[in-house]
Amino acid sequence: MKKPIAGGSARVEVLAPPRTARRGGAGAWLENERLLAAMLLTPTVLLLGLFIAYPFVMGVWLALSNTSVGNVGEFVGLRNFYKAWNDSIFRTAFWNTTWYTAWATVFKLTLGMWLALLLNRSFRGKRIVRASMLLPFIVPTVLSTFAWRWMFDPTFSVLNWLLYRGGFITTKLPFLSDGAYGMWCAIAVNTWRGMPFFAITLLAGLQTINPDLHEAASLDGANGWHRFWNVTWPLLKPVTLVVVVFSIIQTFSDFQLIYVLTGGGPANSTHLIATYAYQVGVATGLLGEGAAISLFMLPVLFVVVWLQLRYLRRLEA
Amino acid sequence: MAQVLMKDLNKKYDEVHAVKDVNLHIRDKEFIVLVGPSGCGKTTTLRMLAGLEEITAGEIHIGDRLVNDLPPKDRDIAMVFQNYALYPHMTVYDNMAFGLKMRKFPRAEIEQRVRDAAQLLGIQELLKRKPRQLSGGQRQRVAVGRAIVRHPQVFLFDEPLSNLDAKLRVQMRVELKKLHNRLETTAVYVTHDQVEAMTLGDRVVVMKDGWIQQVGEPLELYAHPVNKFVAGFIGSPAMNFADVTINDTGGVVTAESQGLRLQVPPAKAGALRAYKGQSVAFGVRPEDVHIATGADPAGLTFDAVVEVVEPLGSEILLDVRAGSSTTTIVARVEPTVRSKVKDSIKLAVNPERLHFFDPKTEQAI
Repeated sequence: MKKPIAGGSARVEVLAPPRTARRGGAGAWLENERLLAAMLLTPTVLLLGLFIAYPFVMGVWLALSNTSVGNVGEFVGLRNFYKAWNDSIFRTAFWNTTWYTAWATVFKLTLGMWLALLLNRSFRGKRIVRASMLLPFIVPTVLSTFAWRWMFDPTFSVLNWLLYRGGFITTKLPFLSDGAYGMWCAIAVNTWRGMPFFAITLLAGLQTINPDLHEAASLDGANGWHRFWNVTWPLLKPVTLVVVVFSIIQTFSDFQLIYVLTGGGPANSTHLIATYAYQVGVATGLLGEGAAISLFMLPVLFVVVWLQLRYLRRLEA
Repeated sequence: MAQVLMKDLNKKYDEVHAVKDVNLHIRDKEFIVLVGPSGCGKTTTLRMLAGLEEITAGEIHIGDRLVNDLPPKDRDIAMVFQNYALYPHMTVYDNMAFGLKMRKFPRAEIEQRVRDAAQLLGIQELLKRKPRQLSGGQRQRVAVGRAIVRHPQVFLFDEPLSNLDAKLRVQMRVELKKLHNRLETTAVYVTHDQVEAMTLGDRVVVMKDGWIQQVGEPLELYAHPVNKFVAGFIGSPAMNFADVTINDTGGVVTAESQGLRLQVPPAKAGALRAYKGQSVAFGVRPEDVHIATGADPAGLTFDAVVEVVEPLGSEILLDVRAGSSTTTIVARVEPTVRSKVKDSIKLAVNPERLHFFDPKTEQAI
C-alpha cells in the first residue's frame, strides 16, 4: 500500500517545480486583483482620455483663449463668453435650440408613445412592422436629411405638389426659404428621425407591464384612457424619463440635421448652438469663440440631466 | 348577489377548442369551484365570465342580464388574480379604492368601504404600504380586499392561492370560506388543486379537455364519480385502478386479474354481468382497502406483498403488490399497523365502495 502513495507523491514533486515557476511569472500577475483591474481598465481609460477628456479639456482651453486658425492664442479669460452673450445671432441660436428641443421632444414623446401603444397590440405582421419602424433611425442622418431637403425644395417639392394638387394651397410654400417655416421643417424632420427610438424604447417598457394589471383595471371599471393614465403611464414613467433625457441631450446638441437641411439659414434664422459654433469656430476660423459658444450647452444640459435623474431616483425610491 | 347561467358555452382559438358546450347553472350565493388539470378550459371559462375573453358561441347570463357583449366593467363582477395583479405604484389603500374611484363613489363612502374591508381582512396596518413591501399572504388579502370593496354580484377567483406556500394556503383557504359565509356573494373559483376544490366548493365542477365531466357536491363526487377521470382526479392519494376480467360462475360474479379475485357485491353484479368475459377497469380508494380480519368474507380479500411503507402519523400508506401481479395498490391503514417492506399480508376491500368503469367509454358501471 505504501509504495503507490510514495510513487504518487514523487510524481507530484517532479511536476511541481515548473508549475510554481509559471505561477511566479504572468500567472502571479493575473492573480493580483489590483494589478489585473488596472490592466483591464487601461484600454478604456486611454480611449476615453484620448477621445473624450482631451477634446473636452482642449475645448475649455480654446474657449478661454483667442486662438484662431493659424494663430496659437493666449489666455483671454471669459471674453469669448461675454462676446457670445452679446451677439444677437448667438441669442437667436440659443433660443432656436431651446425651441427646437422642446417641440421636437414633445412631438417625439407623443407620437412615439402613440406608436408604441399601437405596436403593443397583437396584429398580423407585427414583427416586420416593428423592425421596419427603426428605418428612419438607422439611415444616416445626412442621407435622410438630403432626401427631406429635396422634398422641401421650393420648385420641385413633392410636398408642395401634393398640397397644390390636393387643392389645399394656391401658392407654393417656401418651406426652407422662410425662417418661420424652416424651423418647423427642421422640427418635423427631427421628430420623424427620433420617434422610432422613443417608440421602440417605450414599447420595450410597455412589454414589461403585466397584462393582468390592465385586466384588473378593466374589471375595476377603468376605460381605455383611465387605464393608460392610471396604470400604463405611471409604470412607464421611469423608462420615459430616461428616453426623454437622452433625447434632450441629442436634440439640444443637434448639428447634422440643420447643417444639411438649412445650413442655419435663411439669414441665421434656423441656427442652433452647434451649427453656429461650427460656423464661427471652423468656417470663420475663430476657434476660441466657437468653442465658447458650444460650451454654452454644457450648463443647460447639466441642469436638465440633474433634474431628471433626481426625479427618477425619487420615483424609484 | 346573483345567479350565473352558462348555456352551450364554447371557446375556440385558431387551432384549439378550449371550452366545449359548457352548461352550468350557478345558484345565487353559491360557492362553485371549477377544477381540472391544466388546459382543461376552467380558466378560459372563468375569463369568458369576466369578459376578458370573447365568447365563440353560447350565452352567459349574470342575474337576469345577458352579458355576452358587455365589457368587463359593466358586468358587476370582481376578480382575484393568480399573481394578485396589484397596481405596483399605488398604496394598498389606493389599490382597494381604485375600482370605487373609477365608479365615481363619494370620497367618504370609498374610505368607509376600504376601512371595513381592511378590518375584515386584518390589513388595517398595511393601508399606506406599496404592494412590494408586502408578503405573499398580505398581497393575497389586498387582492381579495380590492374585490370585496366593490360589493359585486359575483366574485371570480383565478387560482388565487397557488402562489402561496403550503401552510399559508391552508390558512387562506379557511379564511376564504369564512369570508364567503359572511358575505354570501356568489363565487366562482378556479383551481387545479382538488383539495381546494373539495374544501371550498358548495359544488364542484370537474373539467377535462374543455368538457364538463361532472358537477356535484364534494362528497357526491368523491363517492359516486361518473367516470374514471373524475374517480382518479378527486381524492388523494388517488383511487387505485386495475384491469379486471368479469366472470360469472353459477350466478356469482367475480372480477379477476393476476393475483386478485374479488366477488362483486350484489348491487353491482347485475350491471356487470353484461360485461361477462370482458375486461373492465376496477377502482377502489386507499381507505377502502384494509388489513383483513376474520370478519372479512373470503371473496373480498386478497394476498399482497408490501413494497413501500409511508407513515404519515395519523395513518400509514402501504404500497402493495397484489399476489403475483404487477398491479400496485395503495392501502390507507391504521397507524398501529406494523407491516414492513416485503411482508406478506392479507388485505380486504369494502364491498360497498367498489367502482367499475366501462373499458371504452370509461363511464361508471
